[in-house]
Amino acid sequence: MWRPWAFAPPAAGCPMPLIEAQGLGVRRGSHDILRGVNFRIAGGEIVTVLGPNGSGKSTLIRALIGLEPGSSGAVTRKPGLRIGYVPQRLHVDAALPMTVRRFLSLPRPVSDAVAAEALGRTGVAGLERRQVSALSGGQLQRVLLARALLSAPEILILDEPTQGLDQPGEAAFYKLLEEVRAETGAAVLMVSHDLHVVMRASDRVICLNGHVCCEGTPEIVSAAPEYRALFGMGTGGALALYRHMHDHDHVHDGCDHDHDHHHHEGADA
Amino acid sequence: MTAAIMTTTTIIMRVPMPDAFLIHAALAGVGLMLAAGPLGAFVVWRRMAYMGDATAHAALLGVALALLSDLPVALGTALVALAVASLVTVLSSRDRAADTILGVLAHSALAIGLVAISFAPQVRSDLSAFLFGDILTVSLADLAWIWGGAAIVLGLLAWRWNALLTATVNEELAQAAGLDPRRERFVLTVALALVVAVAIKIVGALLISAMLIVPAAAARSFARTPEGMALIAVLIGCASVLAGLWGSFTYDTPAGPSIVTAAAALFAFSLAKGRRAR
Repeated sequence: MWRPWAFAPPAAGCPMPLIEAQGLGVRRGSHDILRGVNFRIAGGEIVTVLGPNGSGKSTLIRALIGLEPGSSGAVTRKPGLRIGYVPQRLHVDAALPMTVRRFLSLPRPVSDAVAAEALGRTGVAGLERRQVSALSGGQLQRVLLARALLSAPEILILDEPTQGLDQPGEAAFYKLLEEVRAETGAAVLMVSHDLHVVMRASDRVICLNGHVCCEGTPEIVSAAPEYRALFGMGTGGALALYRHMHDHDHVHDGCDHDHDHHHHEGADA
Repeated sequence: MTAAIMTTTTIIMRVPMPDAFLIHAALAGVGLMLAAGPLGAFVVWRRMAYMGDATAHAALLGVALALLSDLPVALGTALVALAVASLVTVLSSRDRAADTILGVLAHSALAIGLVAISFAPQVRSDLSAFLFGDILTVSLADLAWIWGGAAIVLGLLAWRWNALLTATVNEELAQAAGLDPRRERFVLTVALALVVAVAIKIVGALLISAMLIVPAAAARSFARTPEGMALIAVLIGCASVLAGLWGSFTYDTPAGPSIVTAAAALFAFSLAKGRRAR
């Protein structure tokens, strides 16, 4: 199958992928959750996996980290790869007293100075003495990110990191991820179930629905027919938002997006 | 003697040379709480209350089997408790609907234990000792077993503390950090079986899980960190043991239930005191 978007350039200067999957399949019972997935992520790249609910996004992430065994194909991780993982949901039961400071020392103790620096880096300085169960959604995401940064990761893996955030919160969080990438050089792999502003921060987008439907730069994917089939016209507004925020000089690439265009004009006016 | 007790408030302050059986009882209760405090915190955090019940009730079956097969009671109790705790761990880690299965197991274990014990005539007359404990007849050998068991449980928990906590907060987070949540669950299972085997002599099969849950739940209102909660649970547990023994001695009430009553009173007090929602 000829897929021009499959050749989108990975980040230059890093020939060795951090994580690579070849023909990965995951089967649960008699149900194929993933089949024939080829994937690679190189150092410093920001890759987003998009897909509707039940498309196997979280399963892919879990298989790439090694939390879930694949039933076919192979996953290769760079030996000794340091992964900073931010789970999809972290619900700390109110029965468990846990300060942010204590949480950062799980499972490996860190010094007060290191903890304070990580919190400062993610914009939640001074939260040390707060209870984790009492944090707002946005604060919790930033604390989780701070914790993930403590191991000086080569790759950050985030499963739907902005669930429950409003749109400005979401945009701010992706901006933070970009800053972290620029500072530490860590690659970022994240999962999302819809577009919104996620594309703005991504170098490469992979559209998943049990298999890889399409992949490439955000512009290429958002114009791909597979993508449109998966997300329908309902995302027109989100696309417009993306375009609006992303690039006012966006060159239209000849694909059919009258609907988006309409919104674009409206947003600019 | 009764007058002497009634003029003071606690056993510790009572007289310079209290009776040996009271000292034994206090030492047994304090030894149990050293292990049951931190373990009870995990039971509360991980919502394992039913699992504690099932394991504790199964201990009764262990007693019956040990008596029928001439094994030491403590050993039989520990083995059966471990077997049931493992079974429950496997069942409860599958899915959340395990709640019902656990409820079934907890009460069937108790019923089967009672039926089995009826085949051991030497216990029949003394059934309430196994149901509600017999802390006032703790011997030096019992004390050695209680403190030894408690030391093993404390050691286990201390050794795996950070890993246990991480797995309790979020299993995926633990896995991504290279830990195996199944192993941590197993550590708790073993600890639970040991505590049950230790506690049956003290508060009996029916009230063991109370000694796990009530002090830990009471500690929640006063704690800001997991370690703080475990420590306060130990303190509240020890206070319950001493207050319960004092009450038992003063008002001639059964010791095990008196200890749990004291713990429940402290829990009620913690609700009134603690501003934080549990």
